[in-house]
This record gives sequence, C-alpha cells and structure tokens, in this order.
Amino acid sequence: MARFKLSRRSFLTSAAIGGSGLAMSGCDILDGYDGDSGVRNFLESANTLTYRVQRLLSGRDSMAQEFTEADIRQPQRPNGVTSPENEDYKALLANAFTDWRLEIGGHVEKPLSLSLAQLQAMPSRTQITRHDCVEGWSCIAKWTGVPLAVILDQVKPKATARYVVFQCMDTIDRSLSGEIKYYGSIDLFDARHPQTILAYGLNDKSLPVENGAPLRVRVERQLGYKQPKYVRKIELVDSFASIGAGHGGYWEDNGYDWYGGI
Amino acid sequence: MNQAFQNNESRPASSDPVVKESPLIYRQLLWTRITHWLWAVALFFLLLSGLQIFNAHPTLYFGDQSGFGFDNEVLAMRAENTPDGPVGYTRVLGVRFDTTGVLGLSGSGARPANRGFPAWATIPSYQDLGTGRVVHFFFAWVLVITLVGWMVGSLINGHLRRDLAPRADDLRNLPRDIADHARLRFHHTREYNTLQKLAYGGVLFVILPLIILTGLSMSPTMNAVIPFIADAFGGRQTARTIHFCMMLLLVGFFIVHMLMIVAAGPLNELRSIVTGWYRTDPPARASIGEEKEI
Repeated sequence: MARFKLSRRSFLTSAAIGGSGLAMSGCDILDGYDGDSGVRNFLESANTLTYRVQRLLSGRDSMAQEFTEADIRQPQRPNGVTSPENEDYKALLANAFTDWRLEIGGHVEKPLSLSLAQLQAMPSRTQITRHDCVEGWSCIAKWTGVPLAVILDQVKPKATARYVVFQCMDTIDRSLSGEIKYYGSIDLFDARHPQTILAYGLNDKSLPVENGAPLRVRVERQLGYKQPKYVRKIELVDSFASIGAGHGGYWEDNGYDWYGGI
Repeated sequence: MNQAFQNNESRPASSDPVVKESPLIYRQLLWTRITHWLWAVALFFLLLSGLQIFNAHPTLYFGDQSGFGFDNEVLAMRAENTPDGPVGYTRVLGVRFDTTGVLGLSGSGARPANRGFPAWATIPSYQDLGTGRVVHFFFAWVLVITLVGWMVGSLINGHLRRDLAPRADDLRNLPRDIADHARLRFHHTREYNTLQKLAYGGVLFVILPLIILTGLSMSPTMNAVIPFIADAFGGRQTARTIHFCMMLLLVGFFIVHMLMIVAAGPLNELRSIVTGWYRTDPPARASIGEEKEI
C-alpha cells in the first residue's frame, strides 16, 4: 500500500462503477472531491476542533506509551516508499551515507550541516514505541536517535519560526512540474517533545533503507505519515505558504489532516 | 398502526369509537426526538466512512500490534487469483468464506476491485482514506456531543428515570415480553417494554460509549493522554477489533429496530419519534394483558 490516492484513471473508473451503485443510497455526495468541495471543507472544520482538543489534553509533556524488548516481535513494517530509486540517493547509499549531510536552515540564527557520524556522536535517546499507521495497523520497534530539541538548541530558532519542515530524498509522486519528493512538518511544540527524535537506529541496528535510512523522524504521539523517512533537510518556517500546496506536507496536500493525532 | 389493532383484537378498527378508546399521548419529548435523529444521521455517515477507513487495511488483530511476522489475525478481507479467475474471501478466526462480489473483491465484472467492503458501502465510493477520515471525525463529534447532551438532558427531564431505567416489574415481565415479541404481539403503551429498555439502554450506555472509547484508543495522541484505556481493551489492535464489533452490533440493532417498527405499526411509531404523539392501546386491552400475566 504505497499510496492511498488513486491515479486519475482508476479514480474515474471506480467513481463510475461506484457512483452507479451509490446513487440509490445517496452516499455519493462526497464523490468527485478534488480538493475544494464545499461540503468537504465544512466537514473538515471539525479537524480544527479535534486538533485543539488533542493539544489541550495531551499538553507539552504527556508521553507516548513505551514498551519492553519482549514486545518487539517482528521487523518494523515499512510503508510508503521502501526503496528510493533516485540516483542521488543511490549514490549516497553506495558509500554508506558518508557523503550525506543533514542541512538545517530557514528561520534559525545558526544554520548547520551535520554528517551521520556527527549526529551519532550527539546525545541520543532510545525508545520502544508503537508505530500507528493511518491505515489502521500498528508495529512495535526500538528507535535510537538524536532528540530534535538538541539540534534546535544548536541552531537557535528565530522568534519568527513556527514549524519544522522535513525535506526528503524519496520521490513519492509525480506531477506535471516534475517529481514530488516527500515532505512533512510538525510545529515547534511537538519538535521539542522529549520523544521526538531523528532516528538513525532501529532495533539495535542502523536504520534500514526500507525504514528511511540514513535518518527518519519519530513523532511518537502522531500517526506514521507525520514521521518522514530519508530526511535530507530540516527547514524552520513561519508558514506553509511556500511548502508544496500549502497544507504542510505531502499527505496534507492530498486531503489528510495536518496534525495526524487520531 | 390500525393493522396492529386488527391483528390483536377481534374488534374491527373502525374510526371514531376506537380513536376515543385508544388515545393519542405525548410520548417522546422534543429533546429525545432531536437527539434520536442526530444519531440516526451521524451513525449513517460514521458507518459508511468507517468502512472506507477499514478498507485502507482490511485486517483486524488481537493485541497491541498487527502481526506481520506472526499470526494474531482476527478477520481479513482479501482477493486472490485462482485458475477460475479472481475471488474475494473473508477469513474469520482462520475460517475462510468465499465472499466474491461483496467482501474482498467487488465491482464490475470486467475490472473488479480488490477492496474490503464494496463501493456501495463506503463514503466516498472509491478509495479515499483522507476524505473518509474527514467525514468520520466530523460525525464522531456529532455523536459524542449528542450523546453527552442526551445523557445530561435525559437526567434532567426525567427520561432516564421514567422511561429507561428498568424496574422490578420489567424483570418479571421479561419472559412474557420475549414471548410477545416472538409472536409479533405489540402493546402500545406510554412505557417502553422490557426488551426496548434493554436494547435502548444497551446501545446508549454500553455500545456507544464502547465504540467511542475504542475509537479514542486508536489515536496515538489520546493514547499518550489515557494509555490505560487502550490497555484495558487489550491493546490498540484489540480496541480496533472491538470498535468493528460494536459497529456490527449497531448494524444489528438498526435492522431489528426497523423490523420492530414495521411490525408494530410504522406510521404510529414514526409519528411518535417525529412529532412526539403516539396512539396507545385502548385501556381495556392493556388491563387484559396485565391479568393474563398474573
């Protein structure tokens, strides 16, 4: 299940097939959604309520459940892109990411460029958590990485910075204007959560390609699509206006809610 | 509604005398009627958007996590190719059922789609998890707010105490009530009968709270706030399975609810839940019923 969104062709086919069956039950009012249906926009307003209530209840410090070694019963289930075909990625992989750098910039006082070795030398956190996919499945694994807060303290976000945007190396989609590489965002509130880490280790080994090597995000109180893999750049921004279609992430630009807490 | 009288009584249901003897009473308060219809709409959309969400991963499990490297499957809807063409099947606790055309594989003969529930059972009809989630969470709020409002309102206006709380009589009447329902013999009184109280109470105080709590158990954010809820259900995946089972119970309730309304006199029943006014049985008949019981 690499993608939730159907291609236009299969969308039209299934809409035609489904539409005929649904006409009688009246459930097709939300068919044909192309991003700005009035009914959908109205219903979407509940997402704001959901987000606000979740933020209110979860606060800054509530922690995602952590599990024990005994709960790790299988390899971490990969999803989305599991083997990036991009030539630049393959070249980096070929020499074990020694040439890879994590760029951190945008609204910061002190932009940084870090190698994998530098990241691994920084303070680390290891946590056994449950990955909850938006599709409904879960998988428990042990993640090791640098708390994002440690890096934020080094780059010193400017007062204008509100969101942390992750730019990735994997092509998730293609549009008329070219390849779309995965991107996503969280706000500084979640970025500074103790369990929010940039993970380079999985189940006591280095992060495998299918799970996002060399570096992926773990935001444990949110769904899997909020945790980008194959990260190459972290950009602090004041708004999503210049990011993709402006909703804060690849899936958000395709109809998912930004917060991804339920 | 007159049919019910005819069935149960030898006397023909002619106009004036009967009307006098079987009075119209104000049975359902405005608050009860409003909340009833809000639920009806919310549950309709929750069901169809829920099946859309289920289709994103049409497999249910026991425990905290989904077994990819081990087997903890409860239910799965799949499609596979066979020498005779593609088939859809549903596996429940390891027992496989052929469900081609409905579950696992459905759609037009030329290009059937590999999907859990068919297009006619989901919102939107095609696969669109994002929109399914938007619809689901909107109506989840409608459901929760209505349920809380109903509970508070019904406590204040006496609906809970007067109409829903089972009494000693109800327990005593249970065998007769079951027998009456089995014979489709309905008494039209102001009060709910025992099975009605149990069914409505079960939906409002057991099934709906459970479906809301298991829904919250699936949220990673809420899991950080109230981890003991998911633990109490046996983990996120068991909670998801219970969420699904509560849906099945609600669908079952809906079907029985519709059958009972048709059998008990749809116009009278519908009028009472729309306008509040309900035509009860003539007093004499009600007392005959009481005597029989004794």
